[in-house]
Amino acid sequence: MANALINVPPRAKRGEIIEIKTLISHPMETGYRRTQLGAAVPRDIIRAFVCTYNGTEIFRAELHPAIAANPFIAFSTVATESGTLAFQWAGDRGFSETASATISVD
Amino acid sequence: MRGLRAALCAIALAASASAGEIPLAERRSGYDLMSRETRAMQDDDTANPGMLWVLEGESLWTKKTGDAGRACAECHGDARASMKGVAARHPAFDATRGRPVTLEQRVNVCRVDRQKAPSLAYESKELLALTAYLARQSRGVPIDVAIDQRTQPFLDAGRATFYRRQGQLNLACNQCHDDNWGRRLAGNVVPQAHPTGYPLYRLEWQSLGSLQRRLRGCLTGIRAEPYEYGAAELVDLELFLMWRARGMPFEAPAVRP
Repeated sequence: MANALINVPPRAKRGEIIEIKTLISHPMETGYRRTQLGAAVPRDIIRAFVCTYNGTEIFRAELHPAIAANPFIAFSTVATESGTLAFQWAGDRGFSETASATISVD
Repeated sequence: MRGLRAALCAIALAASASAGEIPLAERRSGYDLMSRETRAMQDDDTANPGMLWVLEGESLWTKKTGDAGRACAECHGDARASMKGVAARHPAFDATRGRPVTLEQRVNVCRVDRQKAPSLAYESKELLALTAYLARQSRGVPIDVAIDQRTQPFLDAGRATFYRRQGQLNLACNQCHDDNWGRRLAGNVVPQAHPTGYPLYRLEWQSLGSLQRRLRGCLTGIRAEPYEYGAAELVDLELFLMWRARGMPFEAPAVRP
């Protein structure tokens, strides 16, 4: 599965507010459902999402079972310097996914 | 469940009062009946979850597979050019089978005959990814299934299914989708049932799904026994629905509530 879709503006003016959009493929199984035979379906969700901008954490989210499959997270930050935005998702069953995008600021 | 039954009965009663086919100029894609937020989700490729399958399909397109060790791209080249409009023309007549085949079946025919690979299961991640990738290439292309001497009997069969009452609720497709579109069924807007965006991401499914999955869901809703995936009845119905939506722009992968 193509795992993550990231949208970061490739360039921005210093001090500008930029919007960052992320979409990740994940079933977000709540742990509250049962199969037709009554067996519990174990929980399998993303627990945490972190975004760092040149190594500094700028956004963090905790995710819970009520969040739909394929979570879409959008947030904004101030473009301070050229560099890399790194994204990390971590969850149940050792789920871990990373992605990154570069931005040039002038 | 009781509420749903009451709503369906209300529709069945109302249907007797109202009139037949939707005139061409009054056809609306399900998109037009959606909330602003759901439309925004479909319009923005970075927010549209269907694009996850499209990207997966793009990588499958160039991946060698089967005993022939061939990738789709080795025969078909760049899908952005060679596959433009293909999804908007399916179901299309297949001479060896002597009947129309859906896009899903076409992919599997190619896999079995040319790639010497096992066919993919309906609604499997790979088949949805490949069909989503193909369908994405037809975005904006008007729907145009070929109706000629060979396909006419199958179109007629599909039309008959559309207008045939079935299931324990004894409802035909047209009673909701021709006669009562735009009204509400248990809080949901009844669409005109134009398959403009399949395979599409349905928020209720939390996943991408094919038109046949949707049709089977509708059949279960009227308490009919759904046809199997790939059944002739479903393919003919799909052909009729695409003909009914002829000229409407393709919008896959769409998002629906």
